Amino acid sequence: MTVAQRPAEIAMGPRRERYLLDSERLLGPALMAPAVVYLILVVGYPLVLAFLYAFSDVTTGSQSLHFVGFQTFIAAVKDPVFLTTLRNTFVFTAISQALVVILSTVLAFVLTASFRGRWFVRFLVLLPWTTPVALSAVIWLWMLDSIFSPFDWFAQLLHIVPPGGHIIFLGQSDLAMGSVIALQTWRILPLATVILMAGLSAIPAEVSDAAEVDGAGFWRRLFGITLPLLSPVMTVALLFGIVFTFTDMAAVFVLTGGGPGNATQVLASWAFYKGVEGGNLAVGAADALIMFPVLLGLAALLLRIASRAEVS
Amino acid sequence: MAAAQPRTVRGRVAIYLLAIGFAVFSGFPFLWAALTMVRQDSDLYVTTHNPFVLAKPPTLGHITDLLRNTPYLQFILNDIVIGLATVVITLALSLPAAYALARLSGRWGEKVGIAIFLTYLVPPTLLFLPLSRLITVIGLQDSIWSLVVVYPGFTIPLSTWLLMGFLKSIPRDIEEQAQVDGYSRLGAVVRTVFPLALPGIFTVVVFTFTLTMQDFIYALAFVSSSSSMTVSVGVPTVLIRGDVFYWQSLMASAIIVAIPVALLYNVFLGRFIRGFTLGAVKG
Amino acid sequence: MAVVETKSLRKEFGHTIAVDGIDLETGEGEYLVLLGPSGCGKTTLLRLIAGLEHPSDGDILIGGQVVTHLPPRARQIAMVFQSYALYPHKTVFANIAFPLAAAGMPREQRPERVHWAAGRLGIDGLLDRRPRQLSGGERQRVALARALVREPQVFLLDEPLSNLDAKLRAAARDELKEFQQRVGITTIYVTHDQVEAMGLGDRIAVLNEGKIQQIGTPDQIYHHPANTFVATFVGSPPMNLLTRDGRLLGFRPEQFLPASAVGERPGQVIFDFAVTRVENLGSDRYVYGHLPGVDPEAKVIAKLPSTVTTPVYVGDRVPFALSGGDLRYFDQQTGTLTAAGEAKVQP
Repeated sequence: MTVAQRPAEIAMGPRRERYLLDSERLLGPALMAPAVVYLILVVGYPLVLAFLYAFSDVTTGSQSLHFVGFQTFIAAVKDPVFLTTLRNTFVFTAISQALVVILSTVLAFVLTASFRGRWFVRFLVLLPWTTPVALSAVIWLWMLDSIFSPFDWFAQLLHIVPPGGHIIFLGQSDLAMGSVIALQTWRILPLATVILMAGLSAIPAEVSDAAEVDGAGFWRRLFGITLPLLSPVMTVALLFGIVFTFTDMAAVFVLTGGGPGNATQVLASWAFYKGVEGGNLAVGAADALIMFPVLLGLAALLLRIASRAEVS
Repeated sequence: MAAAQPRTVRGRVAIYLLAIGFAVFSGFPFLWAALTMVRQDSDLYVTTHNPFVLAKPPTLGHITDLLRNTPYLQFILNDIVIGLATVVITLALSLPAAYALARLSGRWGEKVGIAIFLTYLVPPTLLFLPLSRLITVIGLQDSIWSLVVVYPGFTIPLSTWLLMGFLKSIPRDIEEQAQVDGYSRLGAVVRTVFPLALPGIFTVVVFTFTLTMQDFIYALAFVSSSSSMTVSVGVPTVLIRGDVFYWQSLMASAIIVAIPVALLYNVFLGRFIRGFTLGAVKG
Repeated sequence: MAVVETKSLRKEFGHTIAVDGIDLETGEGEYLVLLGPSGCGKTTLLRLIAGLEHPSDGDILIGGQVVTHLPPRARQIAMVFQSYALYPHKTVFANIAFPLAAAGMPREQRPERVHWAAGRLGIDGLLDRRPRQLSGGERQRVALARALVREPQVFLLDEPLSNLDAKLRAAARDELKEFQQRVGITTIYVTHDQVEAMGLGDRIAVLNEGKIQQIGTPDQIYHHPANTFVATFVGSPPMNLLTRDGRLLGFRPEQFLPASAVGERPGQVIFDFAVTRVENLGSDRYVYGHLPGVDPEAKVIAKLPSTVTTPVYVGDRVPFALSGGDLRYFDQQTGTLTAAGEAKVQP
């Protein structure tokens, strides 16, 4: 050693002689365990309970539960409102998500193009997603008021209704359903758009540029190249949208309360009325669980798309 | 940036028209809410004139009324307490888990990762009934802490996924260097990886917090007294008193929450997208 | 200063064997280079010595102590990564002080040590900078200062020059060698670049497929390759190999010169060289062809320095000479150097 003027020697031995914190085999599960245990407690366990409830006669007040097999399900399905609810759920989900897919694709293209004021447009577009749904539903409630809606003024101006006439948005079955669908479309649109924007930015510009050099026009590039490349991401966005819409009750609960009659009642809100307001936990759980196979299918689809994306 | 972008004048015009169209579609309800918020009572319930013009001078009276004479501030305070507590629990559990998924796990880890992500797809609608009973059993009914216990159920999956992406993007060399430099496996992570992941952690804090404000169904099912309510539940239940709607105050209550949250979201959106896509990268 | 030893060290990743029974022993204060193609296991071997990987079998000793199951921090080693792995969120000072903090050195004692290490590498002026404000060469010096600061028993360097551009690399190579000689700390250096290996190493260990092919001084490696792998991996262009009498005959391209240029010498061997291509690189001429009299199949390259001006044209058959002592023979099956090839002159 030829080091000149070396400062005083210091002890450089390991501070602790315990090497537990170095073992990867221990560390991995140890770091993972708290999150996994927590999720099992607040998601896994209640999910199992939900199944137990649905096969029992439990109510809010009861201390014990008796298994009654499929009786609860049969009772839940036999309820005349149930079929309406089921149909409403599918109509609500299908129409709103079809609109979301079309609109979000266009919107994603618009927002990835450069133009003045893009930041502000992006801010406005995101507002419906970032605002708690209960609050935006209250805004819609006022916007669709039977007397003071601003749309009435437009309608009068365009002579759709006679002067002084009104549109009863939330009091007529079809219009009420339309309103709930519009609210849901409006608030899921930003989520789908954001996912699609992420997908668009992942498509290399060269692909589209090469096609342009090859003489493909805007529409040909769009339908021949960009959209097919985007389709896996579109599917992911759609599946997320379906999951959030199929199981949602906030829009319906605040805007129409399921009415008029049960014209806008969906499975989620119906489960809530039965289970919480009606105190019949078993029937409520059964109503909610009827969604489960659909969700399972959606999750399986998502996983398949994800694994296929990894292969390529 | 990818995508086919029109470079012609016609294309530019189309982009602007579409942008304006979507801005109006998304923003109109908020414009209407903002206009309502400052209207005097005598200007509100009039159907004869253009509703987009204020006939009377604007007033802030309804906002002060909202803040002074309703439990609105209590709702906001509850939201903040619930949000912060949920953020703490979420980070404490998801950061170690995300690290384990990003670095320490083999094939089993990938499966656990997918399972954690799938729990995000289990909707509150399926869980709120059993959970409301469990909440009663542990004596948290009608307390904001019931929500603090339940919210990590959906914030942990999302934040684990996001953090996993951020952690994967930090080079392995750095923490190995710290190990060689004298720290334990865990010590090296705490000393180097977590500081480097701070931007990602901030992003997760913002999204976890806003996610807790979005919830409606749990808050509605578990809490019934207004002192424990969140904004999401308090506004549509307590502030709508019977048939008397204080529309200006209601609109104010929505706007006051919506605008700051949206601004925050916009700042972190780019990072959010990056984290989400990074999570999908195999590491 | 300490000796690093590995004893039948093995590392498997699933079904692939990265390190396959390696026995290695450094000298005190030696500069040992691990050389091999990518995927040969050299980086894995270094990471095993560092403690970043756990061996499947075998032992590692540092300074006579078994460290096989100790974590990196208990091994008194310092490592410089290919990327330098500077902590981007810390200043240069904090980077260099980091190992001291890890060792629990009181805060007030640290600046003295940091200034000492920085001084040795001439980076006193950079202590307030952040890593992203540094050039590649400066980053390397910071990484070295950080490695030096707690005076480890062993330096482990993983291709530290590969991120520098060609010009800087030569200068950095000199600096590294000079630095190691000055501090005299045992150093294990991983590279795939034979020029680096020859220039830096006291000894070179050539690795392939997880095994040590040969360990020796640069001169031994170059002139007495233990087998055909070493013979062809080291040297540019690689050693010529031809089949002759059931053995493999090998000689270096620069030893194969026109007979007219070297003149007659005792023990000389003359071959007719059928020239198919000539490349003039300025300092050298590469002459490609084959030896019809020995092995018409095998391609042969001759490297003629610019001082040899003998005209050589495509299509020519030119008598080329070799010193008999430069011929090497390898077993045709195993590829290992045969004793006969070392000793005897065979016309």
